[in-house]
Amino acid sequence: MPQVSVTVNGKPQTVQVEGRTLLVELLREKLGLTGTHVGCDTSQCGACVVHVDGRAVKSCTMLALQADGAKVTTIEGLAAADGTLHPMQEMFREHHALQCGFCTPGMVMAAIDLVNTHPEGLTEEQIRHGLEGNLCRCTGYHNIVKAIAAAWPLMHGKSLPAAAE
Amino acid sequence: MAPPFEGIGAAVRRKEDQRFISGRGTYTDDINRPGQLYAFIRRSDRPHAKFPAVDTGAAMELPGVVAIYTAADLANIGGLPCGWQIHNKDGSPMAEPKHPVLAEGVVRHVGDPIAVVIAETRQQAKDAAEKLDIAFTDLPSVATVSDAVKPGAPLVHDSVPGNVCYDWHIGDKAAVDAAFAGAAHRVRLDLTNNRLIPNAMEPRAAIGDYDRATGDYTLYTTSQNPHVIRLLMGAFVLSLPEHKLRVVAPDVGGGFGSKIYHYAEEAIVTWAAGKLARPVKWTAERNESFMSDAHGRDHVSTAELALDKDGKFLALRVHTLANMGAYLSTFSTAVPTYLYATLLAGVYTTPVIYAEVKAMFTNTVPVDAYRGAGRPEATFLLERLVEVAARDTGMDRVELRRRNLIPRNAFPYQTPVALQYDSGDYQATLDTALKHADWAGFEARRQAAAAKGKLRGIGLSTYLEACGIAPSAVVGSLGARAALYEVANVRVHPTGSVSVFTGTHSHGQGHETTFAQLVSDQLGVPLASVDVVHGDTAKIPFGMGTYGSRSLAVGGSAMVKAMDKIIAKGKKIAAHLMEADVHDIEFKDGKFTVAGTDKSKTIGEIALTAYVPHNYPIEELEPGLEETAFYDPKNFTFPGGCHVCEVEIDRDTGVVRVVNFTAVDDVGRVINPMIVEGQVQGGVAQGIGQALLENAAYDADGNLLSGSFMDYTMPRADDLPNFHVATENTMCTHNPLGVKGCGEVGAIGSPPAVINAVVDALRDYGVRQIDMPATAAKIWAIINAGPHHRKPAE
Ligand code: FES
Ligand code: FES
Repeated sequence: MPQVSVTVNGKPQTVQVEGRTLLVELLREKLGLTGTHVGCDTSQCGACVVHVDGRAVKSCTMLALQADGAKVTTIEGLAAADGTLHPMQEMFREHHALQCGFCTPGMVMAAIDLVNTHPEGLTEEQIRHGLEGNLCRCTGYHNIVKAIAAAWPLMHGKSLPAAAE
Repeated sequence: MAPPFEGIGAAVRRKEDQRFISGRGTYTDDINRPGQLYAFIRRSDRPHAKFPAVDTGAAMELPGVVAIYTAADLANIGGLPCGWQIHNKDGSPMAEPKHPVLAEGVVRHVGDPIAVVIAETRQQAKDAAEKLDIAFTDLPSVATVSDAVKPGAPLVHDSVPGNVCYDWHIGDKAAVDAAFAGAAHRVRLDLTNNRLIPNAMEPRAAIGDYDRATGDYTLYTTSQNPHVIRLLMGAFVLSLPEHKLRVVAPDVGGGFGSKIYHYAEEAIVTWAAGKLARPVKWTAERNESFMSDAHGRDHVSTAELALDKDGKFLALRVHTLANMGAYLSTFSTAVPTYLYATLLAGVYTTPVIYAEVKAMFTNTVPVDAYRGAGRPEATFLLERLVEVAARDTGMDRVELRRRNLIPRNAFPYQTPVALQYDSGDYQATLDTALKHADWAGFEARRQAAAAKGKLRGIGLSTYLEACGIAPSAVVGSLGARAALYEVANVRVHPTGSVSVFTGTHSHGQGHETTFAQLVSDQLGVPLASVDVVHGDTAKIPFGMGTYGSRSLAVGGSAMVKAMDKIIAKGKKIAAHLMEADVHDIEFKDGKFTVAGTDKSKTIGEIALTAYVPHNYPIEELEPGLEETAFYDPKNFTFPGGCHVCEVEIDRDTGVVRVVNFTAVDDVGRVINPMIVEGQVQGGVAQGIGQALLENAAYDADGNLLSGSFMDYTMPRADDLPNFHVATENTMCTHNPLGVKGCGEVGAIGSPPAVINAVVDALRDYGVRQIDMPATAAKIWAIINAGPHHRKPAE
């Protein structure tokens, strides 16, 4: 069986996988990182989003072997070593942006990438558009949008520019 | 500094979120048992076909395959039971054909399970299942109720003539016919309530485990009601007594009804685990969710309203065909009857109502309760009919509704269709909704939109919901085969922290917080000292689970009863310790005080005394501080309210955008307003989804066309607006908390508000009715159907 070496949440790992093993299967089944979820079989729900070399990736659309040499961050690796939550996690709780919690790991990982890639600011419309790849059946998204807008200033260390209407 | 207020009414942040936001929830598929095998289910890809015994020989030879089972192996296993027996008009019981765990020579819907392959890995099981050669012979099939009811239609079950499960009715037909005969106005509307697929984000999963030492079985499953599964599967399917079967429903990723029912896969993995003496895990792929989770809605109805010359409703007559799918799912039969037709009075004083409902078998996935269950169908029918009545009679649609509202001083109010509403104020929810939505200012917004080339419309809907399910004796007399009380066990530990065990189940509703707030408030202990435990039959005394917006109204009331017992016992202990008369002991804010003195004991001190009874009235009182209560509600609870929707339609594309949505709901007392708002927002999103996007599409033969997220349009963030949510509360009069329930109101009130707004936006196009979902294609066709009229073409 081929093997893959990845650094997951800061920890180097070398694992034997079948050629067809998906990154999400590697994380959930081989490494026991069950925070990353599987909600579909057509790459449409975003429950499986993790960061690969800093960018959001649907881990159900990537073979484990394709991640060879990459740095992967999952929801379990977001908080600081002392347990301090990432501001996005904190804002999800503060704004009641989760109910059953199943979409939440993917949603949080996708949201962090969205904020990171928009240092110039984010409008509500951009946030909603940016979440196109993530389904939530519980919240109606209202509070997720609020949480992301609230996390932006915390992540960029300045207040969110007023939306240019 | 005073501690922050965490009791009833506080928007406390959720306790369960810590594990969910850090990826440490434990959902069923996250659990792995030592030595675990994997099951993959081979399902029918035909709507209706027969097949001979499956030859499993070749597949058994494939790598990793441990066992393959078909119906032939399950000879001693019962069918999946239906929990509610409906009777026909003539008093005879409904048709109840067997729902086998694995198909017995005939498949009746796409997704019907035929065989299970069990292997060392998930992939091996799947590979082998796909290799099974099944020699189908197709049979004639039928997908819609309209086709199934036709004379000579293909029969789904040979034993069920005409495909009719039951032909049921409620109300006074003669009185309704008489009222229609004398009415000044008669309005009629044909309408469908589109079939939906629940699509909780967590696919269903189940793990069966068997303990060779004790012979005990454990089932881990994605369920809203583990005790109900233990009862149904143990007693009816596998013949396992309760003490040998434990059912665990750990963190569950959304349910919306679809995880109430007892499914074949639960029985398969439990049985197979015993047979193989190894744990067996099954996890649905999303395509399996589409073809095996119970679907929702799917009604075809004719509705007629009789009005007098001033617009007072005189009578309502309804005829509905309800799709049951191929087999009866656990609660399917109750949905189009007691959860639907009994709701047809809505918030109105309509004096006589008659409804007849024919439930039909078709070659489709079984249909059962989905968020709202029957009540959205009733609300959609009624609020579309009232809207059309206003239009047909030329009356103002708000005024027409107002004229027929049940007045606030008319409670308790007996409807002509069995229910007695205990409280409500429908004028208040209507007024507040119109005010928050700026109904009066709409015309200016319409003109502004028109100037940009957009068609803007506004619509409203009132609704009434019956939930807090349910008084056991009442539902028993209506055909329910189970009781519907709820159970709570409150355990005050020796040092004063509290564990609460509830028979309800949380799969997104935030019970671990709301119930902790309730206990913290009543016992005066800090929120952090209260843990809520649910979802495990080995820990919880008993319970009926979570659905029908019942958890707080029924489960919370059970908790209050248990706490009352704790407090009563605590008073006796306190009286002994402080040498006072028990009648002089008062309990408040966690302290037992001798009235009129400063002598007091905290609940922690009382708990310690109860567990270390050195100085204790041991002759009269047992040690310990733990109480259990069963609470059976006296009536349903009756939330009600008004939703207002504003849409803009792009003339060129037909795309409908919801630009404003206002929901004002009466949910009774609110424990945590943040959670209530979240529940309403989520419900409204599903309602807008039903109205504009979602449709479980079958072709005429029963092939599922919308079998993935690529074909079934789930609401996404950019399909929805921000919601304006408010409450206007009257208290439930018959439960100790005054609570009514908030889980379903959003999905009940919203669909007709959306469609009423869409029809309003198309006022210049002569549209009277649009069936859900109002997709861009449908709207575009209406806009482009002919010359653009300035006035409706009548
Ligand atoms: S699991 Fe749905 S997109 Fe990856
Ligand atoms: S919180 Fe349940 S799916 Fe998003």
